[in-house]
Amino acid sequence: MSNSEVIVVTSGKGGVGKTTTTANVGCGLAKQGKKVCLIDTDIGLRNLDVVMGLENRIVYNLVDVVEGNCRVKQALIRDKRNPGLYLMPSAQTRDKSAVSPGQMIKVIEHLKEQFDYILLDCPAGIEQGFQNAIAGADRALVVTTPEVSAIRDADRIIGLLEANGFKRMDLLINRLRMDMVRRGDMMSANDVVDILAIPLIGIVPDDENVVIATNQGEPLVGSESPAGRAYANVVKRIMGQEQPFLNLERGISFWTRVSGIFHKA
Amino acid sequence: MKRFFHRKTSREVAKDRLKILLISDRVNCSPEMMELIKMDIAKVISKYMKIDAANMEILINAKGKGARGRTPTLYANIPILDLHKQ
Repeated sequence: MSNSEVIVVTSGKGGVGKTTTTANVGCGLAKQGKKVCLIDTDIGLRNLDVVMGLENRIVYNLVDVVEGNCRVKQALIRDKRNPGLYLMPSAQTRDKSAVSPGQMIKVIEHLKEQFDYILLDCPAGIEQGFQNAIAGADRALVVTTPEVSAIRDADRIIGLLEANGFKRMDLLINRLRMDMVRRGDMMSANDVVDILAIPLIGIVPDDENVVIATNQGEPLVGSESPAGRAYANVVKRIMGQEQPFLNLERGISFWTRVSGIFHKA
Repeated sequence: MKRFFHRKTSREVAKDRLKILLISDRVNCSPEMMELIKMDIAKVISKYMKIDAANMEILINAKGKGARGRTPTLYANIPILDLHKQ
């Protein structure tokens, strides 16, 4: 079966929530009954294992697979809490040059036979780590926060993805604070979409439950929390299901609209 | 009028700054390259008509419409001295 989708989660800027997004989207897809493989491509700075709470079960990693120290299957960690969810961790003691784009493509081609979705957690930056992460992907999830620096980097990344032939790119806006948007102190989701001009796939509100979930090493997708619900919606949209954006998600309050009328005067 | 009722919110400031920032980011074109493009355009047009190359100007603007919204567009302003070059 090669109906599998290979999605790279990328952002350019660090710290906007790529790893958290990878963990939650992957976990959510598995909860929907899909077979999912997450690959941490951040060689030297691996973190996806920690966010997933699987850090104590690593034996082999991506670099071991590439160098032939083990078989692909041996490097896959099965998440016991979520049937169908697997993680291929990155190496912590190596650097980005340990893997080439060609080698990534080979590993992914192998995994495609067994999985519905392969999610690649991309490192920050636009150097070799980025090139490795996008090499085998056919779809991208661009993560940004509503901040000038993150949006600027996202724009750069979108340009690079376009130059690399990506046709499907979706935007995930992370850590939106509705209270600040209402005050006029944060760009709204619409503002960000206006600027970056790629399809929106989700808006994840700033939610302290994300920190708590990360502390515990357990993705919060599907839980009764604002971010948990938002990620559940992202998962459905990735699977191609129409999913209306919650009012809170869109983020234009009545008063913003009313005051907007005056602003135009 | 606008100024009287409304001080710019930080959200609007951010949006305006980003728009300008991204135009130059997307163009990724150095002044030297602009000068080379200008010289080449002058050379080509000169084959057909007499132009005032010293007073021509080119600039890149974000007005055009492309796949991703505001695509930068190249504008050239070339004074023609004689339309019919013999």
